[in-house]
Amino acid sequence: MAARTLTLLQAMNEAFRQEMARDPEIVYVGEDVRAPARGESAGLIDAFGPARVIDMPISEAAMAGVATGAAMAGARPIVAFQVTSLLFPAFDQLVNQAAKLPHMLGGQTHLPVTYIVLGSGARDGRAGQHSDAPHAHLLHAGIKCVMPTTPHDAKGLTIAAIREDDPVAVFVPALAAGRQGPVPEDAYALPLGRGAVRRPGRDVSVIAVGHHVHWVLAAAAELAKTGIELEVWEPLSLLPLDREGLLASVGRTGRAIIVDDGNRTCGFAGELSALLAERCFGRLKAPIKRLTRSDIPIPYSRGIEQTAVPDAGKLKAAVEQVMQWRG
Amino acid sequence: MADNRAAIDRDIAMYRRMRLIRRFEEWQPALIDAGEIIGHTHQYIGQEAVAVGVCQALNADDVVTSTHRGHGHVLAKGADAGRSFAELMGKETGYNKGRGGSMHLADLSLGIYGANGIVGAGAPMAVGAAATFQRRGEPRVAVAFFGDGAINQGVLLESLNLAAVWRVPVVFVCENNQYAVTTAIRDVLAAPIVGRAASFGLAAEAVDGMDARAVHNAAERAVARARAGGGASFLECATYRFEGHFTAERGKDFGYRPADEVAAWRRRCPIVALGDALQGEGAWTAAERATADAEVEAEIERALAFARASAYPPADSAHDFMYARSYPETPARGWE
Repeated sequence: MAARTLTLLQAMNEAFRQEMARDPEIVYVGEDVRAPARGESAGLIDAFGPARVIDMPISEAAMAGVATGAAMAGARPIVAFQVTSLLFPAFDQLVNQAAKLPHMLGGQTHLPVTYIVLGSGARDGRAGQHSDAPHAHLLHAGIKCVMPTTPHDAKGLTIAAIREDDPVAVFVPALAAGRQGPVPEDAYALPLGRGAVRRPGRDVSVIAVGHHVHWVLAAAAELAKTGIELEVWEPLSLLPLDREGLLASVGRTGRAIIVDDGNRTCGFAGELSALLAERCFGRLKAPIKRLTRSDIPIPYSRGIEQTAVPDAGKLKAAVEQVMQWRG
Repeated sequence: MADNRAAIDRDIAMYRRMRLIRRFEEWQPALIDAGEIIGHTHQYIGQEAVAVGVCQALNADDVVTSTHRGHGHVLAKGADAGRSFAELMGKETGYNKGRGGSMHLADLSLGIYGANGIVGAGAPMAVGAAATFQRRGEPRVAVAFFGDGAINQGVLLESLNLAAVWRVPVVFVCENNQYAVTTAIRDVLAAPIVGRAASFGLAAEAVDGMDARAVHNAAERAVARARAGGGASFLECATYRFEGHFTAERGKDFGYRPADEVAAWRRRCPIVALGDALQGEGAWTAAERATADAEVEAEIERALAFARASAYPPADSAHDFMYARSYPETPARGWE
């Protein structure tokens, strides 16, 4: 397959186009879809027309509910949330309706809905209500979630999400959205439930969720110069989760640091930590460490924003702790 | 005369369906007390003319979304009383295989997109279904049932706006039974409901919800408009629940409804009213009416027998149906 260099959002745009061309029941619903500030839906209206590419009023709850009803009638909606925090006005329709209906109805319906959740995570002074990383909220409700961080994975996981007969949220980490990389031209789906070792290493497994993976890799390269080898493992698919891949990595190194942009309390890092404690206890050489955002709204000003989120300095301190641990 | 005969047959069908709903609902307290129905139910008694009048105007492939007080809508759209009782009893033969119970009764093959435990939540789903019919050029209609309580719920107002802007084939049916649980609508709404609906650009009409024929006539107009591409409509049906908000209210007096108000509405029973009207008009005799009642009674008995004889779902099937496609340990079990 020929590959070109695209940004992550361009790769997703290509996924939308190729899938919508393949299946006339796929509709794209969102706010500002005709004139997207970040370009993810660019050109869709010209290619597929206003019956399939629908510009919504500011009505997030109805947007999510309309998608559910359309899916029950046989459509395969893609629903784009321009800001992660816009999941909150739609929350009942997401976690209490879409997530529950297939089970509550005894399997009478599938809900092939894809939620595109743009701009996940803290960065650049977006402050309290535009910096959320609310994947744990959806995971807690049993909604399948993926979080690609490269253009290649973004295209493949977006197509997989669209083809899945269940609701799937595709989180687009803010600091990865503009990243460039090679993307094959043809349509391809990557499997849900498969993580990836981004860098092999013998000493510590760093489970890097979302856009953290990129600076974690840079930090790992630096630490390698001091003789400490980090293994960087990226889940990519948060639900279903590649438990096997996660446990294999931590089983090899015996040390785990989880880096996640979500809140600390009842967050995704907490879930992974519990899983490792339950399944990997005998292999651990040191306590599991979590680097998460603090349980506060992300502060606006640069310095204090940085305080609230994981970074390389905190990672290095955590690595030191787990390497020097003497039980 | 042919038209007249068709109208009589239609009215008799509506009478029988209302009667079936009434008897289905009247059975619940005893079944709850006997432990056969789990928990509590929201009885539809008194409001039968709304569900039946509206659904009589629908085709089999039209769809409805319903409410926590949903048994009436489900039966009016053609659901089988036996499978409905079975669901209330948590049986495997229930519409939802015992996963949903009273508040989630659904049969997608009959266009019933489900009762719903959250006030107003079904409305956007009806709009989404209708938008899909419109996109495909299918002459199908979606009806969203909801109560007066939903009129102050944000997602309903968003849905009214969308339906009006998109001109989708939806009929919004507000069953104004005057109370949201214990709160009188007059205490929480400063302007008429139809006026609010009209302000969205919807064709809005107030209807006597105790008169099945009036509801049916209004619904026929709204459904015909929707089917012809004329867009969405809104019907406010004035009605009343003769019983409490839910069966747990039996034998208690929460004091929110004056006794004389309840008594006055009870005198307007929509089933008695239609039965008497048909008799008064010479459309059927007292004996024919008694036969219809007996046939409904027999249907209820068969339904109960079916539900009672049905098995419960196997314990290890609790996790089934969460996903169309499962993965290892997904959904996660609570003990592994």
